[in-house]
Amino acid sequence: MPGPMKIRATAEAGYTEIRVLMSHPMETGLRKGPDGKLVPAHFIQNITVKVGGKTVVEGQISQAISRNPVFAFRVKGGNKGDKVEISWVDNKGEHNQTETAVA
Amino acid sequence: MEVGRRFVLRSASATGAFAALLAAGLLRPAQALAATWNKVAFGAKNPADALKGIGATSTAESKEVQLDLPQIAENGAVVPIEVSSKVPGTTSIAVIIEKNPFPLVAQFEFMEGALPYVKLNAKVGESSAVRAVADAGGKFYSASKEVKVTIGGCGG
Repeated sequence: MPGPMKIRATAEAGYTEIRVLMSHPMETGLRKGPDGKLVPAHFIQNITVKVGGKTVVEGQISQAISRNPVFAFRVKGGNKGDKVEISWVDNKGEHNQTETAVA
Repeated sequence: MEVGRRFVLRSASATGAFAALLAAGLLRPAQALAATWNKVAFGAKNPADALKGIGATSTAESKEVQLDLPQIAENGAVVPIEVSSKVPGTTSIAVIIEKNPFPLVAQFEFMEGALPYVKLNAKVGESSAVRAVADAGGKFYSASKEVKVTIGGCGG
């Protein structure tokens, strides 16, 4: 089952680096389980990154992203304490979101 | 949601695919307003169709698109891929693994000060060319690199 996310946002010289780890099986739908039947596809499709309430990155991803996906994004500027929010939605409509402050 | 809709309108109308989808009744306005996932492009089974799906009918090789990945991946299930674009006005970056069953891996839209940069981990089924495609105002620039996979990323 999809679990919690880990997120870190750090202020670098001139930009903010945002890193996120999502807990998700990212099943391709092409893999066979122990019973020899295909495991149904179950993967994140949409990712949204917001900084200070504004959407900065909108991502669409496929089942080819590795299990427990890790992403890094960069946003120009940014100040310590700015709120960073990340959310995802998968192909079953499950969703999750988390937030942190730029450190 | 506003942004999602704009993205669909812009990316699809560039090829006229939007009109075609509307005509085919595949894309109802209500769906266009929901979180969007480019089914056509992600469902494509070869790189050419995947490119067409994201509206990139022609791409130019460019050194301004920087793609970083290992030459040899011991574990195809987790291959780190880093892409950044120095093409002025880059609004999106897509990653395509040419020999995967579904080549299009991801597409990211950048706005409000986001730098055209992304790092991700992908599954690579077999040794393949990996292509990064940057969209700058409807013009597409790309770079590609080979990755050699010793253990496949699928079926594991």
